[in-house]
Amino acid sequence: MTALLRVEHLTMRFGGLVAVNDLSFTTNRGDITALIGPNGAGKTTVFNCITGFYKPSEGRIALAHGAPEIWEELAALTQRDARSVARGDGALFLLERMPDYLVAHRAKVARTFQNIRLFSGMSVLENLLVAQHNPLMAASGYTALGIFGIGNYGRAERAAIAAARHWLDLTGLTDRADDPAGDLPYGAQRRLEIARAMCTEPVLLCLDEPAAGLNPRETAELNELILRIRSDHNVSVLLIEHDMSVVMEISDHVVVLDYGVKIADNVPAAVRDDPKVIAAYLGVEDKEVGRVEAEVGL
Amino acid sequence: MATAPAKNDIAGAFKDAGFWALVALGLFLPLIGFRAVQDIHNELTLETRWPLLFAFVAIVAAGRLLHNLLIAPWRERRRVAARAAVGAPHWSARLGSVLAPLFIGFALAYPAIAVWLAGAGGAVKWIDNFGIQILIYVMLGFGLNIVVGLAGLLDLGYVAFYAVGAYSYALLAQTFGFSFFMLLPVAGILAAFWGMMLGFPVLRLRGDYLAIVTLAFGEIIRLVLINWVPVTNGYAGIASIPRPTFFGIPFNASDEGFAAVFGLPLSPIYRLVFLYYIILALALLNSFVTVRLRRLPVGRAWEALREDEIACRSLGINTTNTKLTAFAIGAGFGGFAGAFFAARQGFISPESFTFMESATILSIVVLGGMGSQIGVAIAAIAMIGGTEALRELDVLKEVFGNDFDPTQYRMLLFGFAMVLIMVVRPRGLIAAREASVHLAARKKISGALVREGRG
Repeated sequence: MTALLRVEHLTMRFGGLVAVNDLSFTTNRGDITALIGPNGAGKTTVFNCITGFYKPSEGRIALAHGAPEIWEELAALTQRDARSVARGDGALFLLERMPDYLVAHRAKVARTFQNIRLFSGMSVLENLLVAQHNPLMAASGYTALGIFGIGNYGRAERAAIAAARHWLDLTGLTDRADDPAGDLPYGAQRRLEIARAMCTEPVLLCLDEPAAGLNPRETAELNELILRIRSDHNVSVLLIEHDMSVVMEISDHVVVLDYGVKIADNVPAAVRDDPKVIAAYLGVEDKEVGRVEAEVGL
Repeated sequence: MATAPAKNDIAGAFKDAGFWALVALGLFLPLIGFRAVQDIHNELTLETRWPLLFAFVAIVAAGRLLHNLLIAPWRERRRVAARAAVGAPHWSARLGSVLAPLFIGFALAYPAIAVWLAGAGGAVKWIDNFGIQILIYVMLGFGLNIVVGLAGLLDLGYVAFYAVGAYSYALLAQTFGFSFFMLLPVAGILAAFWGMMLGFPVLRLRGDYLAIVTLAFGEIIRLVLINWVPVTNGYAGIASIPRPTFFGIPFNASDEGFAAVFGLPLSPIYRLVFLYYIILALALLNSFVTVRLRRLPVGRAWEALREDEIACRSLGINTTNTKLTAFAIGAGFGGFAGAFFAARQGFISPESFTFMESATILSIVVLGGMGSQIGVAIAAIAMIGGTEALRELDVLKEVFGNDFDPTQYRMLLFGFAMVLIMVVRPRGLIAAREASVHLAARKKISGALVREGRG
């Protein structure tokens, strides 16, 4: 078991509000990690910190590619004022130092959004090609060559369409490839967003409530898709989810947040029976409040 | 209104028309109802113009009634029909592909047609005022279309780049004596550079805020042109800017002139036809480049930026560079148009680069349908050709009497036309977007789904 992502002492404050307080957890390579918690627990804030959309107030978020020995560089990298270090076939990134687009481009962390963010006026296929922007941009000589039709842009675009085709087939959207993304039914839009994130060839896929608004059949298909992504594409998954049928069935490891504080971090079966988690989700009887509060440390 | 019974509908329509007539009365009473006239004793007297006021109020009431009774129900029916046929784009979506070759063919043959119909002398007006003038705005519309239509960045100061191009050509040609074709790319590059200079401070702004800052930028450039007198000669402008020559042969009456060299009768028409083909070639080049850019990753990134900037960043797109390239390329085309404008006029002054120009170019883009090339071309013809054509409407004198000057009502009629088009086709003439790549079938994307960009 080698670590892919290490979140250490992550704190995010918005003015006086502490959205995430001293959160640490580790995601192992090839794992599906679920981040759960009641509404307002700070789950999406954690996502935004990992993907570079927020700059955390404190803490370190490190992600490793390739050989696990690269973790030895962590202390040295933190000392230096650099974003990343590469050694042999491994590379180590400090995500809190990187702007959002570089987190996606260099560190290869892809994400989806709680409220779907597709390019609704563009076709499904175009959505998947935009996701392959960076390799295509290089193939087109950063536009300078592509505009004159010089170089191998044509071949690169055909390869990109083939990759898009692969994800369309996997998500069952091949028939809708030329339709505008905004015309798709809700469940298909969720799947397209996952396909689009996967087209960036990530090592870590962050899914923000992928099952929200899906019916049970669609949820079952989603589970299958996520498992498929993990096994066939060697991608680790971090997901925020309220639907326990997703969390309990597919995740290897569950991190529970409440009011920005981690209250549990374990395998799904253990988390399900954890009294702190039950208290956070369901509350407790009045006479137990004092005892549980003392136990939780509130 | 749609759900109310028909009887109430009609009563409501009249009530609504009455209300707007009252508003119009309040508005026009001081504007039109009274008029201060200086009499022979140099004293101001107040004159009333009740019939004219009544006519204006009646027009407003009748127009509102017409809208309530005919246009609004028709639009409602159309909207319902459109919802029934989800995904099926409007018939006008197909228009673009049919019209484009026709347009290019007509544009190529236009000078010949003008000369054939109006004679060499009469064609001057048709080629200069209509042909060249419209094509300059087509060119500017294409350039702004990249910024506003594709990248969704609302730019109200586009005229600044037009000015930079014009002054670059004028100053460099006068000072160093370089030829038009050498300076054309220089003017484009300088304008693109200023496009990026504008781009940097506004990167983090969106929507209305971006519009305000770009508006201010346009004014700054104009004020610099006015006040930097040693370089730009201020209000007086720059005169006798070198004209483009036909491969070294000038268009003048000398022995080395175009007419003399080719043994043709002396006429201004050769120069105009030459200029016409230059601007046509520039507009076609611009269009060709835009079409190609749309199919390259940078073009798709522009459109993705218009649709959702945050999603773009989550996919690893550097939105800063993407925005700057849109500003730079759009501004570069504006610079080409500016250099051509300076070469054609032979005289430029800050008066030519007011906010009114920016507004006209933006309305061409919006009217044409944001992102649509053929739409922009049609809109430029309608707006620029239309306002020019209104100058020709002497027929109206026979209706309204000899005092009536149609040119004074140009802007009013222009405004009416804009309102009408925005009521009937709120997303512009060509509202559908064609995908840049397809797997199985080339489909049009209805304008209702395409976002207008808030970034």
